[in-house]
Amino acid sequence: MNIELTQVSRWYGNVVAVNDVTMTIGPGVTGLLGPNGAGKSTLLHMMAGFLAPSTGTATLEGRPIWRNHQIYRSIGLVPEREAVYGFLTGWQFVLSSARLHRLPSPEDAAAKALAMVEMEGAKDRRIETYSKGMRQRVKVAAALVHEPQVLLLDEPFNGMDPRQRLHLMDLVTELGAAGRTILFSSHILEEVERVAQQIEVLVAGRHAASGDFREIRRRMTDRPHLFRVRSSDDRRLAAALIADASSGAVSLSEAGLEVQAVDFRRFTWLLPRVARDAGVTVWQLSPADEDLESVFSYLISRSTR
Amino acid sequence: MNAVVAGITYRAVLGRRRVLLLILLPLVLLGLAVLLRAVGSTDERAVVTLMQVYAIGTMLPLLGLIAGTGTIAPEIDDGTIMHLLSKPISRPVIAVTKFAVSASLLAVFAAVPTFVAGYLLLRGEAGIAAGFALGALIGGIAYSAVFLLLGVITRHAVTIGVVYAVVWESLVGGLVPGARNFSIQQWAQTFAGQLTSTDFFKPTVTMGFAVPAVLIVTIGAVVWAGQRLRVLSLTGDE
Repeated sequence: MNIELTQVSRWYGNVVAVNDVTMTIGPGVTGLLGPNGAGKSTLLHMMAGFLAPSTGTATLEGRPIWRNHQIYRSIGLVPEREAVYGFLTGWQFVLSSARLHRLPSPEDAAAKALAMVEMEGAKDRRIETYSKGMRQRVKVAAALVHEPQVLLLDEPFNGMDPRQRLHLMDLVTELGAAGRTILFSSHILEEVERVAQQIEVLVAGRHAASGDFREIRRRMTDRPHLFRVRSSDDRRLAAALIADASSGAVSLSEAGLEVQAVDFRRFTWLLPRVARDAGVTVWQLSPADEDLESVFSYLISRSTR
Repeated sequence: MNAVVAGITYRAVLGRRRVLLLILLPLVLLGLAVLLRAVGSTDERAVVTLMQVYAIGTMLPLLGLIAGTGTIAPEIDDGTIMHLLSKPISRPVIAVTKFAVSASLLAVFAAVPTFVAGYLLLRGEAGIAAGFALGALIGGIAYSAVFLLLGVITRHAVTIGVVYAVVWESLVGGLVPGARNFSIQQWAQTFAGQLTSTDFFKPTVTMGFAVPAVLIVTIGAVVWAGQRLRVLSLTGDE
């Protein structure tokens, strides 16, 4: 099943949260990647029928999602917010989900879903006694109980310990391989890269990039990198670096050198050799813009160019 | 009506601390009844005053507020309502179910204690116990619908509800006779008056007005709440 967004925008008052996004989410695992506040949740809520697009349309197999409760026969939703009915046990919670879906044998479906997330052991405890990762898992079980064709997960790996995370990643991969349409949001590239075949990048409400993880990874590393270098003779090193095409710009200051490397691979290969040949000792080499924000802002500047 | 939604709603309302208020307010009524009986003032005038001022005038709107908003507002606030809304159940059905839960709670925590208090004091005399219990039941139904709607359309349901009950119904309704026509308490008293036969109690609103008013307000509020649930926007923490 396909979820299609066509020129979707959403604003709150004067603030634009999602800006003219068109994308199709098809079978397999898709990762929605973007920094915090990029509008991932807003976009996901529009796909889940909990928010109306201000303009544009969101459809599931051609049917509108907004104000259409029938879509939940095909959609399972794992919201980011932790809140679930704490007074219910895990079993009661997942069972209630099965009953609300009017499944023919709710008990069997609930047991199967709980087994899928390995929560059989704690199923008779109240949810309020669960850890964050356990809550996340019962939420996933409740969303999977009717075996939906589409599964939407908002930051599903947050708060999970590494073992739980790996387990959920495997589960997501399996479901995707079985032909379900799965979309999950995350602000961590490694997480998305590991599970998703298709990655959609959202930055500041805009659809900044789209592709498989190799494509996204390449775009993220093949960008100009900014390095800070401190050495025994900054000026001599600067002169030697600018002579090579891999450096776009070099600036000299009290704090050391700032080098704009246009060819990342060549620059990292070149620097030690140039330093050695010039007889300069490098004391410190640090990336100045390695944070995800700057990677994302680079992507968006490219996509709007 | 959906049994799963009703079950979860009962547990949510009765499991919260506000259940203590649901119990405390009728306990005060019964306590006052026992007190009146102990000091021997079990005349019709005293009992009618207790019923008018406390049972219908204070306890009923407060319980209505607790039960009516309590069946939905906390769930919308903390996002747990998503569990119910992300299912193939029509939203109006969810609204009707929540309304029914609230109305049933008011029958148990308002109408029944009202009858018991009246019966403790007067037995069946002048139909006062049965009359005010009927009033509390009908009033409870209307309050449930209105406060459920408030709980869906605003995050300040409790504040607005208190302002309505205290400022409009008690203050304005007490001073401006015309305003009484638009007061759920007054409609409740009109229904109470159908069964009572005492000189100390004369409802000011006619049945000809109160019956359609209760119907229109109740049905209108529940339908509106259902429609608002259909377009309820929920966002993450962003």
